[in-house]
Amino acid sequence: MKHTYDVIVIGSGPGGLAAAIAAKENGAGDVLIIERDIELGGILVQCIHNGFGLEIFDEDMPGPTYAQHFIEKARGTGVDTLMDTMVLDITPDRTVYAINKSQGYIQLVARAIVLAMGCRERTRAQILLPGSRPAGVYTAGTAQRFVNVEGRMPGEQFVILGSGDIGMIMARRLTIEGAKVKRVLEIMPYLTGLTRNYVQCLLDYGITLQKQRTVNRIIGRDRVEAIEAVSVDESWNPIPGTKEVIPCDSLLLSVGLIPENELSKKAGVLLDPVTNGPYVDDRFMTNVPGIFAAGNVVHVYDLVDWVTEAGYVAGKGAAQFAQAEAIPEGKQVALEAGENVRYVVPHKLTKASLAEELVRLQMRAVTPIEERVLVTVEDQDGEVIAKKGEPYARPGEIISLTIKPKSFEAVQKAVKLTVNVRKRK
Amino acid sequence: MTNPYDVIIIGAGIAGGMVARFLSKYELDILLIDKEVDVGMGTSSGNSAAIHAGYDALPGTNKALTNVIGVDMWPRLSQELGIQYERCGDYVVAVDKEDMLVLEELLERGAHNEVPNLEIISGEAMRRREPLLRPDAIGALWAPTGGIGDPFAATIAAAENAVMNGVDLKLDTAFKDFIMEGDRITGVRTSQGDFNCRWAVNAAGLYADEVMHKAGVRPEFNIRPRRGEYLILDKADFQLTNTTILFPTPSEKGKGILVASTLHGNVIVGPNANFVDSKENRDVSKEGIEEIWSGGKKLVPAINRKHIIAEFAGLRATGNAPTPNPEIDYNQDFIIEIPDKVHGLVNLGGIESPGFTAAPAIAIKVIELLESAGEVLTEKMDWNPVRPPRPVFRHLSREEQAALIAKDPAYGRIVCRCETVTEGEIRAEVHAPIPADTYDAIKRRTWLGTGRCQGGFDMPRVVSILAEELGIPEEEVTKKGKGSELLFRRTKDVEEDYLNMEDLL
Repeated sequence: MKHTYDVIVIGSGPGGLAAAIAAKENGAGDVLIIERDIELGGILVQCIHNGFGLEIFDEDMPGPTYAQHFIEKARGTGVDTLMDTMVLDITPDRTVYAINKSQGYIQLVARAIVLAMGCRERTRAQILLPGSRPAGVYTAGTAQRFVNVEGRMPGEQFVILGSGDIGMIMARRLTIEGAKVKRVLEIMPYLTGLTRNYVQCLLDYGITLQKQRTVNRIIGRDRVEAIEAVSVDESWNPIPGTKEVIPCDSLLLSVGLIPENELSKKAGVLLDPVTNGPYVDDRFMTNVPGIFAAGNVVHVYDLVDWVTEAGYVAGKGAAQFAQAEAIPEGKQVALEAGENVRYVVPHKLTKASLAEELVRLQMRAVTPIEERVLVTVEDQDGEVIAKKGEPYARPGEIISLTIKPKSFEAVQKAVKLTVNVRKRK
Repeated sequence: MTNPYDVIIIGAGIAGGMVARFLSKYELDILLIDKEVDVGMGTSSGNSAAIHAGYDALPGTNKALTNVIGVDMWPRLSQELGIQYERCGDYVVAVDKEDMLVLEELLERGAHNEVPNLEIISGEAMRRREPLLRPDAIGALWAPTGGIGDPFAATIAAAENAVMNGVDLKLDTAFKDFIMEGDRITGVRTSQGDFNCRWAVNAAGLYADEVMHKAGVRPEFNIRPRRGEYLILDKADFQLTNTTILFPTPSEKGKGILVASTLHGNVIVGPNANFVDSKENRDVSKEGIEEIWSGGKKLVPAINRKHIIAEFAGLRATGNAPTPNPEIDYNQDFIIEIPDKVHGLVNLGGIESPGFTAAPAIAIKVIELLESAGEVLTEKMDWNPVRPPRPVFRHLSREEQAALIAKDPAYGRIVCRCETVTEGEIRAEVHAPIPADTYDAIKRRTWLGTGRCQGGFDMPRVVSILAEELGIPEEEVTKKGKGSELLFRRTKDVEEDYLNMEDLL
């Protein structure tokens, strides 16, 4: 096994696979993917539902099929893989420490690294869910692994808390497997996942969604016996007289995803407290030179296709860095969240980038606007540099906006760029 | 009915476990029973992990006596049992003049209890030692003999050392009644049958009152469960400057809501102290979380809700026993006695804080009581006080880790990513002297599943490993014993369908 690689990619989900392929295609020599599981594909392996590939392939695929396309492409381009291997540490000088059963302790050096560890699910403790601590409380993704990979049912009578995508998809999946999903509860006054999942997974299967309602208490000593549901006001305070005990044996949580950046922190990568992912520029390079980040490790995407696209950008940047031992210096301008924008990625735009290609910005709205909106990128003087109309703005759905090379001149003069989502006048 | 045991210990918490471990030194046939499927699942399963210096307990009480003897036993005990313990010292923080008076009182109590090297330091000195402390603290009591232990590891290691030295351990074995001949106890009735004995030790924790009442002892004694709730913070996000325990000044409710380091590297915030109606009510409550959070914030304003990764509650076995010395006006003391009325009973009761610290001293006291009752205790020639620790991958250097994987490749696979726990550690616990055969038993021993993803990543993997090691279907793997199965059935009963199709063909 080699000791030095041009590019090491950590994680083989859609972001990691795309990054490895792009690194190869852009001239990197030795490229290695390190994957902790026994198969390539990351979380896609357990996502056997469809809905993947519509943007990139114009085709509706299940997760494993989508992953297989990139797995074969990676193999075809000669990407090396280390499977069943856990990275324990990364240093700012790009030394990677990992272990596995067959090779034991492994120490590698990379000219560039792409972090593609994805994200993890928020747990009951992170939302401070009261009550007992019995068996039968699962995050939706863990339940998904049990059902789709292990072939085991984690329960028969479910309540699902949170209208995130995995929760709704699991509601359908469990119903197909003969379980009863009694309720999906959402504390917010709006859906937090995609509307299409609400229609295809809940409406089509007659599963009830209740908004502004949450779990007040988990009941049961050994196994979940029931949950107590309650309605809440805008400030999440329980509304008296709205309690209901729902008998069930399982509670599934779909209450948010958090980019997984413990390794990033060890490498000295700075994180944005809003996204919980690294600060990145338009090539997805972090503050640590030569360390890039791609996919859900940066911020949580709605669609895998966009993760793949981000992986391509990061992999290309990593290949360039590996070959030049630096990316050509270039002036950068900060991109900031403005009116009704929670965050925008990337955080910085390299001014020279627009000379050749498009730069895709992705953002989330703070509050829903259920009418036509205008998304704008403005400079420090309020001058509109790029804009786009959308039929609505919902916090659960990422808004994409592309800055095109025609804005090159305007961006050169900018000191700061602000992104806004406003009602169309 | 089996051959009679010399001693049956009822309850395998920290007290019962320590009694078993110290009694295993002697030529005695000992049985340790517990109603749960693992040791240490009652009071010992939820507390602050503090090894108290001994300045808090009222002088002359059993609490004070056993605390001060106990704290000095921990350095050697932790070495022998191969468990973590750090004598990092602790602080009681004062923010106003009334608090300063309380510090003076604690200093005086400490002097009575012979707690060494207590000192009141200035607010400025305190903040130098812990800059994250609230800026308006005006002073603190510094107790250098205070420390931090690991209640799970200690309870398991004590029981394991007892088992290594010949003690029989029966789990899932609930005490039902005593078998009596006149006023003499001759055996114990349990959910798993009757066992004869010459001595029974009541170490039943929350249920110690009910156990002693079965022998007709202390009908007025009553345990009221007092719940303490806790929050754990992500170690990657928040740390105290130094490993320590920060207490507020105590009130009648107890030692107050502390902010402390744990030996697993996290910060712990809690507990409150509220009576609950049931001895099994370990629910975490909304109000409780708010109560401990505001308590913690008062001491260390920098704690952030976003960093909370776990919530749990423990129950204190709060009793109503007066201190044996009638001159001391205290009614919440430990009971450590051989009652007059009944022969063959060693009675422990009301063992709440500082019970963890005091447990080894209580065990010594039990030995003294037996001897004073005429029991001739002969030391075993081959008693082994050392319980060798098993490898903990995350505590090893890179070289040691590499060597361990080379020896056993199972240590090369990480099963719990947040806490860096390997498959090798899990398999070792299944084959330990007290086999870990539930998810929670593995969790308490290896610390997997306690990190920021709370088992989301490891659980399917642990279930597979347990099923394989125990030779059972995955559907029979439990979280904490029967009734807490994690999985219900296979998806799609294909095998049956195939059978039917063959019939058709």
